[in-house]
Amino acid sequence: MVEVLQAAILILLAAAGTGVVLTRDHGQQVIGVSFFGFLLTLLFTVYQAPDVALSEIVVGAVALPLMVLLAHASTERHGREQRRRREHSQS
Amino acid sequence: MSRGWRIFLFVFGAAGLAAAFAALSLPLPGPSSLRSRYLEAINSRTVPERHATDAVSAVNFDYRGFDTLGEEFILFVSVSGAMVLLREGREQHGKLLPDGMARGREVAGSDAVRLWVLAMLAPKILFGLYVVTHGQLTPGGGFQGGVILATAAFILYLGDGFDCFRRVVPHGLVEIGEAMGAGGYVAIGLLAFLSGREFLTNFLPLGRPGQVTAAGTMPVISLLTGLEVTAGFTLLMFSFLQETLTPKEDIDE
Repeated sequence: MVEVLQAAILILLAAAGTGVVLTRDHGQQVIGVSFFGFLLTLLFTVYQAPDVALSEIVVGAVALPLMVLLAHASTERHGREQRRRREHSQS
Repeated sequence: MSRGWRIFLFVFGAAGLAAAFAALSLPLPGPSSLRSRYLEAINSRTVPERHATDAVSAVNFDYRGFDTLGEEFILFVSVSGAMVLLREGREQHGKLLPDGMARGREVAGSDAVRLWVLAMLAPKILFGLYVVTHGQLTPGGGFQGGVILATAAFILYLGDGFDCFRRVVPHGLVEIGEAMGAGGYVAIGLLAFLSGREFLTNFLPLGRPGQVTAAGTMPVISLLTGLEVTAGFTLLMFSFLQETLTPKEDIDE
């Protein structure tokens, strides 16, 4: 029974990982990577590693997506500013 | 190089990688039949030697406490580096302080979100503190609990925006907390010298197994790690959120 669960989660992980790589839009990719982290947490739980599972859910499903989103928002803003400055100098 | 060639090279390389991976991993024992000497040694010793019921925390905060110290400083240095980088950007705009900043395209949370944040805040903090303080008893510890505590600060932003986040989170205190968390870990290690023992030796009374105060220096180190991680993540969020705000004159234009 546990083996079936482990195999199912491993297959889901492979699918989710491929999905994250193939996603082009960063916003959607962050949600994908968060789901990937959640699946990894399930994997560690069924392999009886609750300590690692806890670390994985706080880092993979919360901290990493959060930091990527924040960095994304910050670079977006810089891009907007640079575009504006370029238009300013052209006019 | 033509498309056909590239595909051929990829398939060739991928097949080789798959073959090598299979050859290496197939002879490995399954996860349930794994028995190593280290595992047996740790499992049989943590309770009698250290009075800690969570073997993983005993390895992290005691037997391999020095490695965890290094990891904690990795986080410390990353947070400092990110803050220095972001500060440079702010100075370029001539805006060091958040006073000149205004909301950009910030969307205020709805009443439903605010209510949810209010309801979640206290349980989140309590749960984070529980995970930090029970590291030596059950799975968890300073790192995991620290991130949970930091997300308590973040949902404030979700509910009421950056103004609320800035009002509630004491920036100066958080900075001091981060430094104290990192420095305190080293101090605990150095205190062992006073009794003539090695760096990071567990020198405090061990207490009864299963109690929150059991396992000597472990709960202290877990608390300090929790402080460092909470403060580090909160500072990162603070810097990034400040960065995403736009200087006032840009909006006025």
